[in-house]
Amino acid sequence: MFTAPLAIVAVGGWGFYTILERMEQNKYDPHALPSPLIGHRPPAFNLPGFNGAPGFSNTDLAAPPQPMLVNWFASWCMPCAEEAPMIAQLAKTGLPIWGIAYQDQPDALASYFAQYGNPYTKLALDTSGLTAINWGVYGVPETYLIDKAGIVRWRWAGAITDDVLANGLNPLLAKYT
Amino acid sequence: MLLLLPGLALAQSQDPTQTVTRDGVTLTQAQEQRAEAIGDQLRCLVCQNESIEGSSATLAKQLRIIIRQHVVAGDSNKSIMDYMVHRYGIFVLLKPPFSRLTLLLYATPVLALILGFLVAWLARRSKIPPPPPLDDAEQDRLERLLKS
Repeated sequence: MFTAPLAIVAVGGWGFYTILERMEQNKYDPHALPSPLIGHRPPAFNLPGFNGAPGFSNTDLAAPPQPMLVNWFASWCMPCAEEAPMIAQLAKTGLPIWGIAYQDQPDALASYFAQYGNPYTKLALDTSGLTAINWGVYGVPETYLIDKAGIVRWRWAGAITDDVLANGLNPLLAKYT
Repeated sequence: MLLLLPGLALAQSQDPTQTVTRDGVTLTQAQEQRAEAIGDQLRCLVCQNESIEGSSATLAKQLRIIIRQHVVAGDSNKSIMDYMVHRYGIFVLLKPPFSRLTLLLYATPVLALILGFLVAWLARRSKIPPPPPLDDAEQDRLERLLKS
């Protein structure tokens, strides 16, 4: 008569252990949210550029020659500054990274780039933050992987770390190249 | 005065034609109540355990503005909810809809009830049966033992 409750407790314990184990290995994040954009093209938008340079629109993302990243960031955002070396390192490998500055000011952005460098192939400004809402962005930094067909394949909310690169981005880049 | 104040608040909220300005959008009292009811059902994705109505995050404020603009434009509650779900997924809903993903969540009470019945049934079944009644010889012996 005690076997059934014991078995239930054992299964529950094994479940919790698996969750904690996978969290430890950075394979499971209970706070991560799936993006409804995955499997779809980004919504229509047309954003201005920075310092007189042209911005970009959703049609520019329709068929990139190789897989690329769109990185939402802001000069006022601490995790973005932490992520900056990683973005710079990824850009050096030849991966095109297009940046969208979220609710930012040109002068603040200029001093951010003076400090951390500007790794972005193209840059656009979402001053109002309304394009971000259409993308389902809920914080910065957020990074989207767009394949050669212009389809969003991956979204990462938060700074990209070595673990995220190894377990999340690199396998997908290999798959969609 | 203390007694009057709640009365005043009630009188204000009962006039549906009076306009209010919330987060920069001007709308009637009735529209504001509808917007609040919608916002109460939506999760602020920045703080995750607060509703859009209750959160002070910038994104929540922007979403409150969008809700109010849609309410003023005369959009239905469902179309406003769909707007949010389309962008942020079902996680934005504080009350998750019934779907394959949430099946286990909604089935939990029924499963717990079945489990309870199962345990009760097992407990009943394994109960030791009472001993058979004493025959005459045993009854005599018991009486003798009790008297001595």
